[in-house]
This record gives sequence, structure tokens and C-alpha cells, in this order.
Amino acid sequence: MNLKTPSKLEKILAAGHLAVTSECGPPRGSDPEVITRKAEMIKDHVDAINITDNQTSVTRMCSLAACIRLKLMGLEPVLQMVTRDRNRIALQSDILGAAAFDIHNILCLSGDHLSFGDCAQGQNVHDLDSMQLIQTVRHMRDEGKFLGGDDIKRPPQMFVGAAANPFADPFEIRVPRLAKKIAAGVEFVQTQCIYNLDKFEEWMKLARDRGLHEKVYILAGMTPMKNAGMARYMKNRVPGMDVPDELVKRLADTPKEKQADEGIKICIEAIQRLKEIEGVAGFHIMAIEWEQKVPEIVEAAGLYPRPQID
Amino acid sequence: MIVADKKPIEEIIEQVKDKKTVLVLGCNECVTVCEAGGKKEVGILASALRMYFLNQGQEIKIDEVTLERQCDHEYLEEIRDVIDRYDAVVSIACGVGVQFMAEKYHSTPIFPGVNTCFLGVTEERGLWTERCQACGSCILATTGGICPVSRCAKRLLNGPCGGSTGGKCEISKEVDCAWQLIVDRLKALDKMDDFETIAPVKDWSTDRAGGPRKVNREDVQP
Repeated sequence: MNLKTPSKLEKILAAGHLAVTSECGPPRGSDPEVITRKAEMIKDHVDAINITDNQTSVTRMCSLAACIRLKLMGLEPVLQMVTRDRNRIALQSDILGAAAFDIHNILCLSGDHLSFGDCAQGQNVHDLDSMQLIQTVRHMRDEGKFLGGDDIKRPPQMFVGAAANPFADPFEIRVPRLAKKIAAGVEFVQTQCIYNLDKFEEWMKLARDRGLHEKVYILAGMTPMKNAGMARYMKNRVPGMDVPDELVKRLADTPKEKQADEGIKICIEAIQRLKEIEGVAGFHIMAIEWEQKVPEIVEAAGLYPRPQID
Repeated sequence: MIVADKKPIEEIIEQVKDKKTVLVLGCNECVTVCEAGGKKEVGILASALRMYFLNQGQEIKIDEVTLERQCDHEYLEEIRDVIDRYDAVVSIACGVGVQFMAEKYHSTPIFPGVNTCFLGVTEERGLWTERCQACGSCILATTGGICPVSRCAKRLLNGPCGGSTGGKCEISKEVDCAWQLIVDRLKALDKMDDFETIAPVKDWSTDRAGGPRKVNREDVQP
């Protein structure tokens, strides 16, 4: 095994296991227990836990501090970092800060636009984009240098991830864009929530045709639907989301009190099907404010117990 | 051109309500084309102010002048002989004109009568849209002639992001996704291979990040 970092997630993927990651959104306040409580619910069923970075541009506890809370619990965090709020000084500085706590995974993102959140009148930064952030982390890690060219004492050792959305437009550049992220240095990607399995399979096939599945670990993004209302919202209101009509109908046709169970069932069925796709290296389960359901999904999908890696 | 939009008249009234003589000063260039600060708009604004103050029982003398440009010394000099007659000037040129006036006529209050918005085009009469943010280091050669700095809401140099839907930006169905436009254009040019070339980290020091900018051309200086 040719490992580049001490990341547990990298070890599990390199060993050929299907990895399971999940995520916790930090609170809109400073109570650390919100993070530790969520992490407690899922820690035995996942290999690593993403901490989102002011997702949907709503101000929250910072991702780095929440990641440190996970480290203090002995868990494996994935630091999500968006380029929306930080210039290249702040990005590099936060990467070093994370490295100082031996945070070994980073997810490089552009971030949702400011207009969705609670600070719609603020400035956005976008000094770098997600592609360039991937390059930056790799440069800091592999060359041991800052963007400015100076040496870094004790460079960060981070397994570098990014997002991939097979469902956004234009579709024809979605695989080339993945290739571009790989060229930039990405080592794993977590996809947008997958509901349109046929389209995801088509995207995976195009990725395989270019051999991309052998150059990057692709973790399929899964978000269970809590009810038909959520499915409709995701379909109509969330940019870049592809929710087929049949799925909305299946939930809508289910009695209200059973819709949550049906949503979990749909998610498990999807994982079962996606497990069989060549090139799917694992699953990223985003149970939004529904973390308690993660163990059930992981177990029912046959992804439990998690592999033990030193 | 520089595109501007009219300020709410209440804002202008608030600035000049204590004055006795006011000059409304237009500009024959960009703001004339975008119908915010040319001779016609000078007339409309001056009339509206006169009417307002008349109704208030206030006597304020409001004059109208439109210069060829407010961003060149020679045209601004045309009002040197009359400037002292006014307690204030409302310039409805862009912010450049307002400032150049203020620099030249140091002791006269100059108020902006428009909001300067962006560098853009007339898509159709009454609809102006942005095309350039004057970043000072043009990358249009690599993006099919469509600018992601000014037209992508996240100014992604390696877009599109995951929010591009049906050719539209995630911020609004009214806004085109710049990267959809770039991809369409690269396809038309048979240059899709360029899409996979990574745009490097940009030098923003030629943008506003580097501080106030200057173009100093000795070759054309007298």
C-alpha cells in the first residue's frame, strides 16, 4: 500500500474496503456538545466524519474548531473548507491550523453562494476556486511550500478531497470536470446526493471509460428523505439536485407516518445497487439533522462492521 | 460602457435641501447611453427637484448643464467661470465624474445623483448587463471570450460549480451560468480540449486588491 498521508480514510480506501463517511453540521452557537452528541451517534458506523463549513452560507461554529472536537474524541474528521470566505492567506493558515491538530483529511469546495444565507449583504472572497484549493493543499503537502514559495516547517499531511456533482449542468462536462480535479491533485471525491441512479451510472460509466475510477476514490453521496415534502423541496429548490418524479411519488403515496421509514428504505436500496458499480469506492451519508439514522442505514446496507485499521 | 442607475430622488433631495443654488451636471458619455445621466436625465431630475421644492414652499434655484465628459480636465474647465454661483452640484455622471469634479472644485460640495453599477452592455433598450470587472489582467483568450470573473457569481476560473442548472446560475433563474456560456462557446469554437486546462491561481494584484490602480503610458505623454 502506497500511502501518502496518515489518514485513516486513505488507509481504508487503499486497502480496498468500501469506505463510509458521514457528516455533522456545526451548531449556530458555541455549544460543543452539539457536535460531540452527533458524533457519538455515528462514530462506530463510519470511518470519517465531515464537518461542513458554513453550509448554505449560514453562519455557524467554524469547521476547524468542530473538527478539533472530533479529534479530541479520537475520531477522524474531514475538514470541509470553502473558498467563499477566505483568501489565500486564511486558507493556508487554516490548513496549517488543522495540521497542528493532525487533521488528515480536507474537502476543498467553492461553497454555496452568499445570497442563500444569513449574510446576503456580505462580501464573498473567491480568491481561489475549489480546483486551485486542491492544488494549494497538494503543493503545501507534497512540495512543503507555501503558495508564495517559502518553505513550510512541518507541512500538512492531508488526504485531499473535493465534491463532484454528476447531476448539475452542463452534463457533458461533468466527467471532464472530475478529470480536471484529478489533474489538480484530488484523491477522493464525495458526490452530490444521488437520487437519479440511472444518471449516476451513466456518469460512472463515462468516468470509467476514461479510467478516472482508478485515479480517484469516488464516494457516492446519499441523503435519506424524511418525507415527501423534503423530496419536493430538494427537487424544486436545491440547485444542481436531480430527484426523479417516481421517487417523489413513491414517498407521496406512502402514508405520512411511514414516509420516514420509506425514505430510509429508498436510501438503503440505492446503496445496495450502487455497491455493485465498478468504481464506487464507498459512501458518504449525509443524514441532514437526522444523524441517528446513520447506523441503521449502514447496517442494513451491509456496510457494518467497519474495518479496523490500526 | 460604465453603466449607472438613477438614485432615488429622496436621497438627492436630502443632500441639497438646505442649499439655495444647485447645479445638476450631466455627462454626454456612458451615462447618456444608459439613460441615467445625460442631458435628458439632467432635465428630468432638475424639473423634479424644482417641483418638489416649489411644493415645499422652498426657493431653490436649480440650473442644468451637461458636459461632453466629466472625466477629462478640459471639459470640466468649461464650468470654472460659473461654479462659484452654486452652493452644490449634483453630478449625474458616474462615480469617476463625481470625484474628478470634487478634486477640481475643492470648495464646492458635489453630490452623486446616480449609483455607478458596472461595466456592461445594452442588451436591449432599458436592459443593461455586466461584462467586465476591470480585473486588470484579461483572461478572455482562454475562456472563449466569456468572462467568469464578472459573470460567474463565484468568479470561478475553473467552473462551473455544482449549482448550474438548465443554463442558469444557482443564485437566480434570471442569471445565465457563465460557465454554461463558456462551454457552449468552446464547443462552437471546437476548443473543448481547453476546458480541461486548469486555470492557475490568479494574480489579483491588478484587481482592486492591489490598491488604487494607474495606467502610466510614457509613450503617449507630451
